[in-house]
Amino acid sequence: MLIPSRTSGFDHTVPSEITPQSVYLRRRELLKATATLAAGAGLASWASRDALAQTTWGTPPGKLVALRGQPSRVEGALTMEKVTPYKDASSYNNFYEFGTDKADPAANAHTLKTSPWSVEIEGLVKKPGKLNLEDLLKLSPMEERIYRLRCVEGWSMVIPWVGYSLAELIRRVEPLGSAKYVEFVSLADPKTMPFVGSRVLDWPYVEGLRLDEAMHPLTLLTYGMYGEVLPNQSGAPVRVVVPWKYGFKSGKSIVKIRFVEKQPGTAWNKAAANEYGFYSNVNPSVDHPRWSQATERRIGEDGLFAKKRKTLMFNGYEAQVGQLYAGMDLKKFY
Amino acid sequence: MRLLLNRWFSSAGAKPVWLVLSMLPALWLTWAAFQDLLGANPAEALVRATGDWTLRALCLVLAVTPVRTVSGVVALARMRRMAGLFVYFYASLHLLSYAWFDMGFEANDIAKDIAKRPFILVGFTAFVLLSALAGTSFDRAIKAMGGKWWRRLHRGVYLVAGLALLHFFWMRAGKNNFAEVAVYAVLLGGLLGWRVLRTWRNR
Repeated sequence: MLIPSRTSGFDHTVPSEITPQSVYLRRRELLKATATLAAGAGLASWASRDALAQTTWGTPPGKLVALRGQPSRVEGALTMEKVTPYKDASSYNNFYEFGTDKADPAANAHTLKTSPWSVEIEGLVKKPGKLNLEDLLKLSPMEERIYRLRCVEGWSMVIPWVGYSLAELIRRVEPLGSAKYVEFVSLADPKTMPFVGSRVLDWPYVEGLRLDEAMHPLTLLTYGMYGEVLPNQSGAPVRVVVPWKYGFKSGKSIVKIRFVEKQPGTAWNKAAANEYGFYSNVNPSVDHPRWSQATERRIGEDGLFAKKRKTLMFNGYEAQVGQLYAGMDLKKFY
Repeated sequence: MRLLLNRWFSSAGAKPVWLVLSMLPALWLTWAAFQDLLGANPAEALVRATGDWTLRALCLVLAVTPVRTVSGVVALARMRRMAGLFVYFYASLHLLSYAWFDMGFEANDIAKDIAKRPFILVGFTAFVLLSALAGTSFDRAIKAMGGKWWRRLHRGVYLVAGLALLHFFWMRAGKNNFAEVAVYAVLLGGLLGWRVLRTWRNR
């Protein structure tokens, strides 16, 4: 559709703010040019402006290496909601490899070694193999996507991620006809992850999607957030983000992507099958056995005295992903 | 030392000092809430902190008699009622934080939640029991009930301790995270065990 809509996100970027893709892709050469060429004055001002640029959601925190993406054109990929402060998004995390308290990952994840890094592609694909992080970063142009994140525990955030559709990678490795599911394996290194080996979950942390879910354009292979590379506690250097499912479905610090025929056993499903289903789509009408999923607290925004907000079906992405589950009993396939 | 402590706990200043010290956690939490020092999810932080302090106050009040007996600081007995009421104080703050910040004072939602979640039911039951103890803590109630019945009722504090522990255990069960639960279980178990042992020996 050529007419921009609110959900397609065209209306909140001034065209002059958008870095042309040709420039973006050659940014390193351009920066080198600024250093070497006398005529680089104009480019230098462009480069410095780029570094400090305001984005549609605010200013990057300036803590880590910049990683920018163009505002995504995928439908539903740019929510207009207020973005959660970086301080909250980077200090309130579930990453059990670094401890079960939500302050633990930010305190402990500095030990995670994110370079060198590679992701192994395995299983039912024509082109298996090992992909270096450098190659993955270049595989497809980076996009910025502002997604709601709903945790199964009843809180939510709004996060500007940087990455590209996982489908871009999947297409390149050419899954075989027999591949029905995709499994994501997170790093499990007891040397750098102090809680790997604790009895909370089976390690490594494994998550999975049906192939069509993994191919959905909203499923994001993510390298950054808030205009910078991912902080370790958020799953650096590469993770998955599936915005219409509870947060635990989005595996962090991915080292292996495996294409399989049968539904994989996933970490929380193995730990408590009656509480965490394979699908785990955000659904306000299917409660967790121990608490209601009808409402959520938006971190950093809903004050102490504010009422919790209503949780949306598929976390508000029903228009985009509802058809994936047509005819399914979502009470049964929770 | 014993003489000194006995004299101190018998002095007029002991109760006010105990009162102020027991208020400190609540004052700190109030201050922290207004100064935005409670992290990304202040509601959750308040609910959890008031729960933690209820458990700590419970351990403290149950420790009064064993410490008094073993150390001979008999004047500690003067602090017992206030220590007990502080358990109720923090339990009330805990319930209030939950009902307000988690449930937005929606009576319907709270009722449904109590029915739905066993650990909420257990916590709520402990609070109701504790209310009965707090409500009969003054001298006239003791007189009206008679010492024997009053003591029987107030042994209910062990039941409260058991329920509080179960409540905490269940809350942590979701993450299989039982280290802290074990600490309180050992403390409360030890304090109860000491009493069982004493009764058995005195037979």
